[in-house]
Amino acid sequence: MENHFETGLDSLKQKLLMMASHAETAVNESVQSLMQRNHDLALRVKADDDAIDTFEIEIDEMAIQLLTKAPLATNLRLVTVAMKISQNLERIGDEATKIAKRARDLSQEPPVKINLDLPRMAALALAMVKDALNSFVQRDSATARDIIPRDKEVDALNKHIHQQLAQHMMENPDTIARCLHWIVAAKSLERIADHAKNIAEEVVYLCEAQDIRHTLKS
Amino acid sequence: MNPIHRRHFRTEKFDFTSFFFSGLTGLATLFILGILAVILLNIIINGWRGLSWHFVSTIPKKDFFDVNTTGVLPMIVGTTIRVFVMTIFVLPVGVITAIYLTEYAPNTSIVTRFIRAAVNNLAGVPSIVFGLFGLGFFINFVGKGLDAIFHYPGVVWGQPALIWAALTLAVMTMPVVIVATEESLKAIPPGLREASLALGATKLETIWKVVLPQALPGILTGGILAVSRAAGEVAPILFTGVAYYMASLPSHLTDQFMDLGYHVFVLSTQSPNIEQTRPILYATVLVLLMLTFALNIVAIIIRARVRKKLRALG
Amino acid sequence: MAELILPKINLPEAKASTNATGASLIEIEHLALFYGASKALNNISFTLGEKIVTAFIGPSGCGKSTLLRCLNRMNDLIDNVRIEGSLKIGGHDIYDANVDVIELRRRVGMVFQKSNPFPKSIYENVAYGLRLHGVKNRLGLDEAVEKSLRQSALWDEVKDRLHSSALGLSGGQQQRLCIARAIAIKPEIVLMDEPASALDPIATTRIEELILELKKDFTIVIVTHNMQQAARISDQTAFFYLGELIEFDTTTKIFTNPAKKQTEDYVTGRFG
Repeated sequence: MENHFETGLDSLKQKLLMMASHAETAVNESVQSLMQRNHDLALRVKADDDAIDTFEIEIDEMAIQLLTKAPLATNLRLVTVAMKISQNLERIGDEATKIAKRARDLSQEPPVKINLDLPRMAALALAMVKDALNSFVQRDSATARDIIPRDKEVDALNKHIHQQLAQHMMENPDTIARCLHWIVAAKSLERIADHAKNIAEEVVYLCEAQDIRHTLKS
Repeated sequence: MNPIHRRHFRTEKFDFTSFFFSGLTGLATLFILGILAVILLNIIINGWRGLSWHFVSTIPKKDFFDVNTTGVLPMIVGTTIRVFVMTIFVLPVGVITAIYLTEYAPNTSIVTRFIRAAVNNLAGVPSIVFGLFGLGFFINFVGKGLDAIFHYPGVVWGQPALIWAALTLAVMTMPVVIVATEESLKAIPPGLREASLALGATKLETIWKVVLPQALPGILTGGILAVSRAAGEVAPILFTGVAYYMASLPSHLTDQFMDLGYHVFVLSTQSPNIEQTRPILYATVLVLLMLTFALNIVAIIIRARVRKKLRALG
Repeated sequence: MAELILPKINLPEAKASTNATGASLIEIEHLALFYGASKALNNISFTLGEKIVTAFIGPSGCGKSTLLRCLNRMNDLIDNVRIEGSLKIGGHDIYDANVDVIELRRRVGMVFQKSNPFPKSIYENVAYGLRLHGVKNRLGLDEAVEKSLRQSALWDEVKDRLHSSALGLSGGQQQRLCIARAIAIKPEIVLMDEPASALDPIATTRIEELILELKKDFTIVIVTHNMQQAARISDQTAFFYLGELIEFDTTTKIFTNPAKKQTEDYVTGRFG
């Protein structure tokens, strides 16, 4: 006979994965629109954020409903972790939107002549998001644990880019407005990596029932 | 659109089967009540005239076929006392046996099954056989044995007496008391016993404080059934204590006694003039019925009081 | 400037309370129970905490009620039962030959699944155990009955009708009366065999709240087939299956992250 609760849990998982796929796409496309100065793509990302926000609300509702059935052990951890992951995914979506907005503004002005390592930073952050979501699907705690130290690299890159831009702004005051856009975009990428790390920590909790947040500090 | 089909629950068709069976059961009931009414009315109508205070309070002369000198006082006293003495013996012994069977005896043992079989078979023994048993065992064995051992002055145990008749009746009605008690014990949920034991009571304390008080109405029912049966039985007392005629009322357990049921037999078969005796006979039968009825009523009232007490408080 | 002071959140921990004296410590070692030739309990070993609530959970027929009834030797009432191993309470093996079972049952009380008040008055129900164990004077009885009924959260509801029949109470009240009856003789341990399973949700909640209060004074062992109930009121939980102890740990651990897969499967409803 069908286990109705298990069905409910599966629906929750499915919805979370759909939300994840939307968030991944948003990050991908926002970085693309930034690098390629694609105005239309940027607008699309911004419009799509509504879908991600709706997902968060729906997932929270489903989770609360499942909690009334008083799940225990792994089921309990899955429900609470799903709520946390959806919150992180929603923030990732917001950060992607911020990047898209900056991309939109930057695309309407001449490019800044500076060699930033933003593509690599973006690639790292994207990889972290992808790996975190995979580790959730596979319930792979080891992979999730490996993601966490990678955040430091992204932070370092952000710092470096920040310094580069600061220097450039001092030398070329007419680029200040555009450089500020870049700084914000880089910051958003750094935040996306943070959220990916959070998701990895939640996956570790789901698999091992160990709360490793705030323990492995840089 | 299909109209919704409604099943008519026998509102239109007349249900012959139900009517037939309820009619049949009603008729059977009427039939039984009818017979009862015929018997009772016959006795009441014919016996009422012979009934008087003089009749029930006089010790008759030896010729109790004479309407002027007849009376049934010794028979009333004899019947009542023998039933009373029987009750004193049968209730404790029967109840204790039932308690043993229900509470103590292991259910699967051969001994238990043997005892149960014995009790059931006892219930099927014809009452005349009990009479012979009473004669052979109580009078010839126990009574004569007592005489041989104790040599009471002026008292002979080895002959028909009130005590032996009462004991014989007790043996005869024992199964009724045992079964009624067992049923009422079994009706008590085991949870009550468990609760008592879990509080640290012994089995005996549990039986005395929880089980028996609860079973009392059932036990009294057994007593009522025993009394009803014994009041009308003649065969068991034939050889064990009833007398054709006694000039005075019984005063000791070793005395013989007269009995209403036996007197009815005597009046019916030994009378020289059946026309003259018939009114006395009917009156005696009426007195017997009234006495049995009275004994039952007393027992039922006692049981009702016990039930009320159980229901109201502890 | 005012400092923001956040309240400390104290999570319940399954440790023995400071009232633990060792007198109600239940130590089970290699306990086995046989009904004739068939083994109902196999090699059970664990120690229960004092003045806390321990829950026994497991599917039907797993032996949890059987084990519970070993603790006050109610299994003695069944023919053909044999015990191996040791079951100590307060350091003494209760299956020892010279143990007074009556005294054991005074120290280890029991409340049953179906409430079973005697068909006597409310007062007489609570006084029954007291009278059994020697309390005779009226004043002592009155005091003890009142205290017991207050402890069972029943006093206010029955104080004006102490001498009316116990059978006139509702199901939930009857069960609280049975609890009052059991605790009147001041046991150290109270065993409860699915005490709320025959009650409606509101009555169940009251019993659960009562149990949480009672654990301040008594060590409580409760058998329940309702896992949420075990999660709500117990400090430690033992999971049984087919007569064996599968896992024994703090309730939080059993219900958030059990060590054994069998426990996980049972707790998440995949079987049983």
